[in-house]
Amino acid sequence: MNKIKNLWATRRDSVIAFGIVIAAYIVVQIMSMTGNISYSLKGMLVPICAYVVMAVSLNLTVGVLGELSLGHAGFMSVGAFTGIVVTTVLTDAVPSDGLRLAIAMVVAAAAAAVVGVIVGVPVLRLSGDYLAIVTLAACEIIKSIVNVLYIGMDSKGLHLSIVKQSFTLEEGGKMIINGPIGVSGINKISTFTAGFVLILITLFVILNLINSRHGRAIMAVRDNKIAADSIGISTTRYKLLAFVISAAFAGMAGTLYAMNYSTVTAAKFDFNLSILVLVFVVLGGLGNIWGSVIAAALLTVLPELLRKLNFNDYRMLIYAILLIALMLFNNSKLKQMLLERRGSKKAAKTEGEVA
Amino acid sequence: MLNYLITGISLGSIYAIIALGYTMVYGIAKMLNFAHGDVIMVGGYMCFCATTYMGWHPLLGVLLAMAVCTVLGIVIERLAYKPLRSAPSLAVLITAIGVSYFLQNAALLIWTSNPKSFSPIVGRGAVQFGDLQITHVTLVTIAACVVIMAALTLFTGKTKLGTAMRAVSEDKGAAQLMGINVNTTISMAFAIGSALAAIAGVLLCSAYPMLVPTTGSMPGIKAFTAAVFGGIGSIPGAMLGGILLGIIETFCRAYISMELSDGIVFGVLILVLLVKPAGLLGKQTREKV
Amino acid sequence: MALLEVRDLGISFGGLRAVDEVNMKIEKGALVGLIGPNGAGKTTVFNMLTGVYRPTDGGIRLDGENVVGKKPFEINKMGIARTFQNIRLFGKLSVLDNVKLGFHNDVTYALPESLIHFGSYRKKEKLMTEKAMEILKVFDLDGQWNYKASNLPYGKQRKLEIARALATEPKLLLLDEPAAGMNPNETAELMQTIELVRKQFDVTILLIEHDMKLVSGICEYLYVLNFGRLLAEGTPSAVLSNPEVITAYLGD
Repeated sequence: MNKIKNLWATRRDSVIAFGIVIAAYIVVQIMSMTGNISYSLKGMLVPICAYVVMAVSLNLTVGVLGELSLGHAGFMSVGAFTGIVVTTVLTDAVPSDGLRLAIAMVVAAAAAAVVGVIVGVPVLRLSGDYLAIVTLAACEIIKSIVNVLYIGMDSKGLHLSIVKQSFTLEEGGKMIINGPIGVSGINKISTFTAGFVLILITLFVILNLINSRHGRAIMAVRDNKIAADSIGISTTRYKLLAFVISAAFAGMAGTLYAMNYSTVTAAKFDFNLSILVLVFVVLGGLGNIWGSVIAAALLTVLPELLRKLNFNDYRMLIYAILLIALMLFNNSKLKQMLLERRGSKKAAKTEGEVA
Repeated sequence: MLNYLITGISLGSIYAIIALGYTMVYGIAKMLNFAHGDVIMVGGYMCFCATTYMGWHPLLGVLLAMAVCTVLGIVIERLAYKPLRSAPSLAVLITAIGVSYFLQNAALLIWTSNPKSFSPIVGRGAVQFGDLQITHVTLVTIAACVVIMAALTLFTGKTKLGTAMRAVSEDKGAAQLMGINVNTTISMAFAIGSALAAIAGVLLCSAYPMLVPTTGSMPGIKAFTAAVFGGIGSIPGAMLGGILLGIIETFCRAYISMELSDGIVFGVLILVLLVKPAGLLGKQTREKV
Repeated sequence: MALLEVRDLGISFGGLRAVDEVNMKIEKGALVGLIGPNGAGKTTVFNMLTGVYRPTDGGIRLDGENVVGKKPFEINKMGIARTFQNIRLFGKLSVLDNVKLGFHNDVTYALPESLIHFGSYRKKEKLMTEKAMEILKVFDLDGQWNYKASNLPYGKQRKLEIARALATEPKLLLLDEPAAGMNPNETAELMQTIELVRKQFDVTILLIEHDMKLVSGICEYLYVLNFGRLLAEGTPSAVLSNPEVITAYLGD
């Protein structure tokens, strides 16, 4: 009954993804104009956007390329700190907040992509659980390095040192990244609208990629590496391509995220964050882009919602139980039965990939 | 120098014990059990409660921790992992993450986030060999690791259940056809792994006496790294990986940088896997075309 | 010059000598069979020809160019395409996409065009679709172009694999037991398709089969492999009447 891949399936997915995001943006804007939005939710809008971009970009690696990465937060970290440095440097040169944020994001994407290449070239030779643990290791390495990074700026320009601060700043100089203490006094220039635009760009690029010869090659590598090789597709090259594009978007999400807080430390971007994003991707459905959007947004709001419902003490416990229950249900006979019942009613309707 | 080496071996022994548990479970169930680290934490709290609140003898505390963790391991496996035996490995991974969240947050509710200061299970004394000073905790840790490794090797090599475990890890379907009860065998692996986690938890908290709900998380990840490093599924590999990791970490902390030590440990893991993709003692498999 | 020249090809796995001193010469446009009992090393020869395994001894030349040591995807670009004994399709992709992937190196556009869908994206995609549909028509798969590849019936999956390999426009096509798992009617039909393909696509074909009768109908020349060594070669009638070949198949 699921035999026919709907001609419009891919286009329909794009429409749904864009539809959800635009509708959500409008609703939130109306709510905030009429004053119907709670303070805590308002504070979560930018992080939600960052998580959505993280989830969609990780889906490119895990769902479309089919390789498990537990290091996505590492690229977010690279993007976050690059973004901080760039915006600080450009404070006077580019007075417009929006433009400065945009420039920072582009530089952050490039930096994260470079790190993506450095990490990806060696580790993508592995696969499966080995790749998972190695990407996790890479994420922790990035965290360690950022933790001992000292960057300061004065009239002579940027100063950088690793492990110990080996420079002294002139009078009026500014410490940007201060080792384990991280960054403080960030000028918060991320806005919900900036996040919204970033999501749209991410969706546009990644959905386009999936419907192109490069995207097809990536999916071919996922479905059968040996067969992909046999028809002239370099598996290493397309694995790296997907990994690096994914890293670049994580970098942009990092800038967006960092510029929403006044203090940021490297410890924030550890493997737990990578795992959190992976949960979004799996629950949203592997390879299902709009699923990632919804899962990232809902699961970020859920703990907050539970707090409102007076489950404050138990909210993370409930979150954990829901997560386990969802995974069990997703793979249970009960779900299969329900699907079959629905399937017999709408025989021709296609079914998305289920985690 | 020698002192650092001893400290490294001691820390490595703890990693090795956790890694042995990881390897048992991974070898048989082929899953990354992210909750393993949190079982360590539960073991630590159990022993803490027994000795501090109830005033039990430390040895009884260890036994209680082992008993609770064994049961916990079996329950987790039955409730959360068994229904997913035929599901994609990612689904099992996410479930394991769910279990990990669950254990951490349950611990947070029961014991709060205030650190508990753990009193070591053996006295704080030390033995003196010339310049070299070795604490009792270190001695017990290293001894425990050697005993466990020997016992596990004997168990998997010589006993019927151990043979069944090896059979299940090679080929579940074939093992079942040979009349092996796969479910019981997998439960058994979880039971042993969790009991080891309990011991590791007590030893870890004896050496680093700060107990919080996330205590087990990082050692769990590092021990898994150690298991992969040595060749996952291999008992001597887990032991070797654990001890090497402990030594590397201790030396990095002493001579290079506290903050960078974790990074260097993970860097070594990546290097080893690039040279030997199946780990130091793992065996390479190849897809048939 | 022969299209494919294999000289003293050999490979060992540990202590096991899987293939030893195999020599082959295949002329352009020929349809040649590689036969032999199970475990004779036929697929291993294919794996060496396509770079999946690196031979320990000997040489392989395609159109005079060395093949040994090249990666599988490079060898495909040189002009060797293959199918697999255990079917290897891109299961989650559509039938059409499977074949379009065959044109990956032939009809190209740059990465930015993929990301933003501008420039020649539309034109090239349309061209690829048209070319793919043509090939699908030859295999009578055009009606199912939008099926998920893994949902095709078994016989059609085998055909789709051949179609995908042909889309890479190879000089030499290697078919590994194309008729495995098919009933006699389907097999006969497939053999006809293979002959048709050779003419229509102007391709040289080497096919593996362990059923001798099947290949004797369409192949002009046969190589017989036994225990990793060439046992006999020649025209089908000569090979089939060779007493050594009969012994190898039926046992003593």
